[in-house]
Amino acid sequence: MAKRTALYAKHLEANAKMVDFAGWDMPIHYGSQIQEHNAVREQAGMFDVSHMTIVDVNGSDATDYLQKLLANDVARLQEKGKALYSAMLNQDGGVIDDLIVYKADNGYRLVVNSATRAKDLEWMERHLRGFDNLTLTEHPELAMIAVQGPKAMGLVKLARPESATAIDGLKVFQGRSQSNWFFARTGYTGEDGLEIMVPEAEAADFWQDLLSAGVQPCGLGARDTLRLEAGMNLYGNDMDETISPLQAAMGWTVAWEPADRAFIGRDALEAEKAAGVATKLVGLVLEGRGIMRSHQKVLVDLGNGEQGEGEVTSGTFSPTLQNSIAMARVPKATGDTCHVDIRGKQVPARVIKLPFVRNGKKVYE
Amino acid sequence: MANVPADLKYVASHEWIRTEADGTVTIGITDFAQEQLGDVVFVDLPEVDTELDADADCAVVESVKAASDIYAPIAGKIIAINEELIDAPEKVNEDPYGEAWFFKMEVADAAALDALLDADGYAALCES
Repeated sequence: MAKRTALYAKHLEANAKMVDFAGWDMPIHYGSQIQEHNAVREQAGMFDVSHMTIVDVNGSDATDYLQKLLANDVARLQEKGKALYSAMLNQDGGVIDDLIVYKADNGYRLVVNSATRAKDLEWMERHLRGFDNLTLTEHPELAMIAVQGPKAMGLVKLARPESATAIDGLKVFQGRSQSNWFFARTGYTGEDGLEIMVPEAEAADFWQDLLSAGVQPCGLGARDTLRLEAGMNLYGNDMDETISPLQAAMGWTVAWEPADRAFIGRDALEAEKAAGVATKLVGLVLEGRGIMRSHQKVLVDLGNGEQGEGEVTSGTFSPTLQNSIAMARVPKATGDTCHVDIRGKQVPARVIKLPFVRNGKKVYE
Repeated sequence: MANVPADLKYVASHEWIRTEADGTVTIGITDFAQEQLGDVVFVDLPEVDTELDADADCAVVESVKAASDIYAPIAGKIIAINEELIDAPEKVNEDPYGEAWFFKMEVADAAALDALLDADGYAALCES
């Protein structure tokens, strides 16, 4: 039987259409994913993200350990609760997972993907060797609700006035504890908002209070269209263990300085950089009807009459832009245009630099 | 539970067929189909006067989730298409049996209509 979060009954109450996601029964939508997407861009929506994996890394060796394990550098986190987005690489420079890491008391809190949980924990445990003062503690007893949208902060305070102490003054990409809750000003939608970790027993009541405050329940369908518009990667689609962060538009998350920080995968990335990265992850905007989808072939001109080929990694219909958009991995020399093979037809598309939407508005020309 | 009007005929590929007074038929996709598809964003319709064999693919309905081919339930000729669906594809989700008819056909052989599923037959299929 698939796993269920603490909010399962609330989803059924709200008429969710449930699907299996990484072994969890999750809501794909509650009626219309397009309407849910628009609610997040215009007001506020909430997502059950309790299926994600929360791991605390504690002890005096925590910084050294994570400086080895992560491509971004946790030593950059000066203020308590400050967070960064990072890849965790294998020795070949391939991405094992992408995650967010928060600076906590006596260590760090990591939030990693649901589908990669077993693999990530096994990797993290394997690399404990050589560090004496270090513990890993998973927190499956914490549910998590993401409230996203321009009105999100205000509606969370309306639902739970006492949260103001945690939320007021919270910076973007920063988290703060309040009793055994944790409020983080992070998200996967490109909007302002919070990801809130809540003890399981309190999750359903909190969800209900948010509902009463006017927050729209949103499912995985809207989650995907929102994150794609915001140019955010989805592990398993836009990158995997065979892809380096340099090929996944994640170069900015690799902390090269200090030059002597020997993080796992560094050598492979340096070699790749020296040789020249062969591909890039770009945004595509379809010119014409239809929807781009993962694995569709992308045909590109490389200049000099040469043709090259790439692949759509994630594609969908963008409700905000009323058009199909996609992320695609294409040869480095790809220019401004290409064609996507959609069910046998070559449909023209524009190549743009991600993201597509910011603050609810189109950002490319 | 999906709505299955008693006065229509159906095919296993989730289309409904309504016989009009003048013997022509109107065709669309069922409530079950639109529910499975999710939010519809594009509808591609055949051209008027196209002649089709039974089961020939003649239209496409595309949702955020997937693209689905629509097949001619019986042999005949397209005599009208619902152009409103081009600009308002969401009608397929909102009113699958009314405003979201896809196309109308002149039937080659009226006897072919008897072989289509009735409401009970289609409902049973959806439940299996």
